[in-house]
Amino acid sequence: MLAQHLTGLSGLVAAALFIFGLKRMASPASALSGIVLAGVGMVVAVAASFLILFDLDVAARDHLATNLALALVALALGGGWAWRRGGKVEMTAMPQMVALYNGMGGGAAAAIAAAGLAGQETTGPLLLAVTVIGALIGSISLTGSVIAWAKLDGRIAKPWRFAGQRLVNATVFVATVLVGAAAVALHGGPDGAWLAGLFFVGALAFGILMTLPIGGADMPVVISLYNAFTGLAVGLEGFALQNPALMIAGMVVGSAGTLLTLLMAKAMNRSLANVLFSNFGDGAASGGAAVHGEMKASDAGDAAIAMRYASSVIIIPGYGLAVAQAQQKLYELVKLLQAAEVDVKFAIHPVAGRMPGHMNVLLAEAGVPYDIIFDMDEVNADFPNTDVALVIGANDVVNPAARTDKSSPIYGMPILDADKARQVYVIKRGQGKGYSGVENLLFFEENCSMVYGDAQAVLTRMVQAVKDLGA
Amino acid sequence: MTIDTAMTWLIALYIFMLAAFTGYEVISRVPSILHTPLMSGSNFIHGMVVVGALHALLTATSPFGQAAGFVAVALGAANAAGGYVVTDRMLAMFKSSGKAGK
Repeated sequence: MLAQHLTGLSGLVAAALFIFGLKRMASPASALSGIVLAGVGMVVAVAASFLILFDLDVAARDHLATNLALALVALALGGGWAWRRGGKVEMTAMPQMVALYNGMGGGAAAAIAAAGLAGQETTGPLLLAVTVIGALIGSISLTGSVIAWAKLDGRIAKPWRFAGQRLVNATVFVATVLVGAAAVALHGGPDGAWLAGLFFVGALAFGILMTLPIGGADMPVVISLYNAFTGLAVGLEGFALQNPALMIAGMVVGSAGTLLTLLMAKAMNRSLANVLFSNFGDGAASGGAAVHGEMKASDAGDAAIAMRYASSVIIIPGYGLAVAQAQQKLYELVKLLQAAEVDVKFAIHPVAGRMPGHMNVLLAEAGVPYDIIFDMDEVNADFPNTDVALVIGANDVVNPAARTDKSSPIYGMPILDADKARQVYVIKRGQGKGYSGVENLLFFEENCSMVYGDAQAVLTRMVQAVKDLGA
Repeated sequence: MTIDTAMTWLIALYIFMLAAFTGYEVISRVPSILHTPLMSGSNFIHGMVVVGALHALLTATSPFGQAAGFVAVALGAANAAGGYVVTDRMLAMFKSSGKAGK
């Protein structure tokens, strides 16, 4: 009985530390201490779960040695593998890593449900139903996240689509739910186990089917959605196990993930349904008004000198910068400009990078201090008073067509008002279009010049040009 | 003296509701600059599932229960450990100009 109280108490401590830790993420200055506190909570909760060994049923006591050995091996295997992988992963590969860990959480929730459904103890239909719903959500999150990981990691290149796909998916989903309901109704009977097995097959398959047709550019929203799914699944299994700490941890993440997903979809000017069920982002989009004027090419050195003698510069980094691994070079240029007393700011669009805030992480890795990095809403009013806007590898997020052209597929998407700066330089590899396939009106504006080339090479030349001017 | 720790479904609903609002309120204050660490951090928090997985494994009485429990613990531990270490790495990189040192 004492062990039971201690376990309950440790869960309470863990839940409190989790919430307090997340709260400390409200500022970059306190965020690191927040995650450390949450980590302490996790260690306490995991250690306390072994106290259950003092409270075991007679039936489970026979397996104590085996189960304990299995638990320690599983902890070492899973935890050790993830710890090593997580310690080494490149920052540009972070979104797929998060997707993978996320899917594992969903898989864990589903496996707990499987163990619960296989158990012979008499549980009420309510608990069984909740267990099955948690299993459904967790299974979808597991296989869906693995597909998302494969897409972001470049292992699955193309969205997989066929006619009538939505009908097939809907059929699989409804059938899975019906089989799950039957498994609950017949639990403990001879058919219950088979139905439960069939249910898991259906749920896992649906996660794959649901994620395959979604384009790679929409994956950030999908990862965030599965994060919320895993949270919900964990919360529901917590209910089934009557563990309030699990319920709280799962539900906090469930609602937080839902919020993040909606924010993300909003920043792309799309509804969640649109992300999940439309075929946007495969480059087939067309339309948009005729383009006037032409693109002007400019030399890297000239652009660098213009920035050196400007009084204010706003830099708009996109994923193209990260692909070129040029963040370090960029920060070198920024430091030179700052030394010449130019006011330099970074402006980040909410969907820059491969998941929300990903660009901030990539800049942080290069050593850029966070207090010169600004969100779209904070910085947009500054563009008209800015001498130079430097766009690197970003495209759709600075396209004024989103503001003016009602026929454009990206019309209505909030953008960075780079075109309002006095002079705009765009570093770009070629004359191609962004992922939405829309022509960028900014590139044809009077005040815009293109600097063609790989971001790494162009920035190297810019750094050299500023250095050549002397101090 | 025994204290009944079984929860009624109504108390469970209270917990769910309060946790949902807590998550929403706490997360909506996180600036978008920190959204990636936040996502991996919340990923770490649902790694708490490892506690439920340990419960399932340590009380398992059948080979199937042991196998499912083993998988659950391994996956849950990976979720928790991986989520923690990547969040920690990312947050450690965020510096202000004051601390950055030129």
